[in-house]
Amino acid sequence: MSTISIESLYILVLAGFVGYEVIRHVPPLLHTPLMSATNAISGISLVGALVAAGSNSGVVATVLGVIAVTAATINVVGGFMITDRMLKMFHREAPENQRQRAGGAKQP
Amino acid sequence: MKTYLLDGCYLAAAVLFILGLKGLNAPATARRGLVFAEVGMLLAVIGTLLHGDIVQFQWILVGVVIGSAIGAAMAIFMPMTAMPQRIAISHAFGALAATLVGIITYFEHVPRIGGIEMTALGFEVLLGSLTVTGSLMAFSKLQELLPSAPTTFRFQNFLTIGLLVVALGMFGYLIFHPAAGPLFFAMIAAGLLIGVLLVLPIGGADMPVVLALLNSYAGLASAATGFVIGNNVLIVAGALDGASGFFLSMMMSRAMNRSFTNVLFGAVGATRPQQQATGEERTVIRYTPEDAAYMLEQAQSVIIVPGYGMAVAQAQHAIAELATLLIQRGAQVRFAIHPVAGRMPGHMNVLLAEANVPYDLLCEPDQINDDFQTTDVALIVGANDVVNPAARDKRDSPLYGMPILNADQARTVMVLKRSLRPGFAGEDNELFYEQKTMMVFGDAKATLTALNQLLKQVKASVGRNLAPQPPIQEAIPAVSAPSHGKP
Repeated sequence: MSTISIESLYILVLAGFVGYEVIRHVPPLLHTPLMSATNAISGISLVGALVAAGSNSGVVATVLGVIAVTAATINVVGGFMITDRMLKMFHREAPENQRQRAGGAKQP
Repeated sequence: MKTYLLDGCYLAAAVLFILGLKGLNAPATARRGLVFAEVGMLLAVIGTLLHGDIVQFQWILVGVVIGSAIGAAMAIFMPMTAMPQRIAISHAFGALAATLVGIITYFEHVPRIGGIEMTALGFEVLLGSLTVTGSLMAFSKLQELLPSAPTTFRFQNFLTIGLLVVALGMFGYLIFHPAAGPLFFAMIAAGLLIGVLLVLPIGGADMPVVLALLNSYAGLASAATGFVIGNNVLIVAGALDGASGFFLSMMMSRAMNRSFTNVLFGAVGATRPQQQATGEERTVIRYTPEDAAYMLEQAQSVIIVPGYGMAVAQAQHAIAELATLLIQRGAQVRFAIHPVAGRMPGHMNVLLAEANVPYDLLCEPDQINDDFQTTDVALIVGANDVVNPAARDKRDSPLYGMPILNADQARTVMVLKRSLRPGFAGEDNELFYEQKTMMVFGDAKATLTALNQLLKQVKASVGRNLAPQPPIQEAIPAVSAPSHGKP
């Protein structure tokens, strides 16, 4: 455990402002992907969990650490994958329409 | 040298996270942004693994493998309609990781923890623990393991706030006496209980606000972890997540014209006394899908207003097909999406995207509200409160002041609905009784499928128009008991 410096507080506050300004411009269209992406990013607690599970400081610490690593990995891997799956679905024009425009109308 | 490398990795990760979120500002750049964030995460993890503190890798590997398997399986197999549940439970995982790291850190350092360190640690485990149970509660409600209606009992708010005060008291004591181990656990237990109590009185329609708020808490718990283990990338990522959740919950409560406090402690839809039936009978006009098809066939412009009912009926594909059919007939078709339609921010957009509806057709209220008056048909599918005119002019309504979609200004209003049950807020919807409103009762998906079939037939046999059927007038009691189901 390290001593906490005032610089860390600066980082927190400034990053909060940056986050707010960046996120303010995300259109409502993408609010669900935004939630799931920030969720994946907050899986960064994985970093803390890795140190806890890997620093060999007792059985209890290792067991809890492994649970923490598992939980955080679920968020990181699952979060990024599902966000990508969602974003893949957003497109400008329906594929059927594109086909139709290319090769004439066809009965659906 | 090694520390510089590690710090370099973390700095790059922090920058990549911000660039990643910036990518989400437009659909065209969103996937590229996500790749930035993924690379950032990879850098942070690799940097950490190269770090000298880690001496045993076998257990880490176990956790990573199990976590990846569960995460990937959830990402691949979870249907889009279950997205609110998935978001809810992922907040629980993130917060669990933060809380456990906090507990481990506490026990590694317990006699030598300073007041400032304890402050960070306290925030970490308190926010973490209440987010764990709060998110699990939200998950259970969305998955309908628990009733989605608000659960309230006497002195509930009193109990919640009292418990919060007790937990903060313990926190305060721990800052000055960090060695009090049992109290540390008592505080975590209180946090877990507060999480349950906080979400218990939240009803389905208020879920978007609560999910966003839990998102924010999970982020702040990560940031607190960053303080505890002295890691700046955690602080940055946590702050980003916290800001995002905060922004979304602000936006959602503004879209409902309610304050945070009102959402958290108001328990809309439960405490409201039963409305008195006024005695007078009011009539709605019940139409068949044939009438609706006839109407839509004539329409030059259609605005579709989806609500949570669309998600329940899984009707997004049928709606998309209807939109395609109408567009092929030359009608202008757009979708009006209210920010709080559904159970999470952006819920309707994701479902319609899944059904291949191009996102140019999805409009926000500000973009489309003035166009309703020049629109032939407003087709409302499973939405209720977001089109209730009571929000505009009925002062004593719980909806009063909420920005709504002006669907009532369209020339014809068509409502696909299962029954006349009032929406989540328990407010009867005047719109259903208007002369120009066509109520088509039944499962939204079944109705839409029938509509699509009829429209295709018309197209096949040119010249044979659908004849309008005489509408069936039906008398129903003016006010039905408020139910807390889906709006």
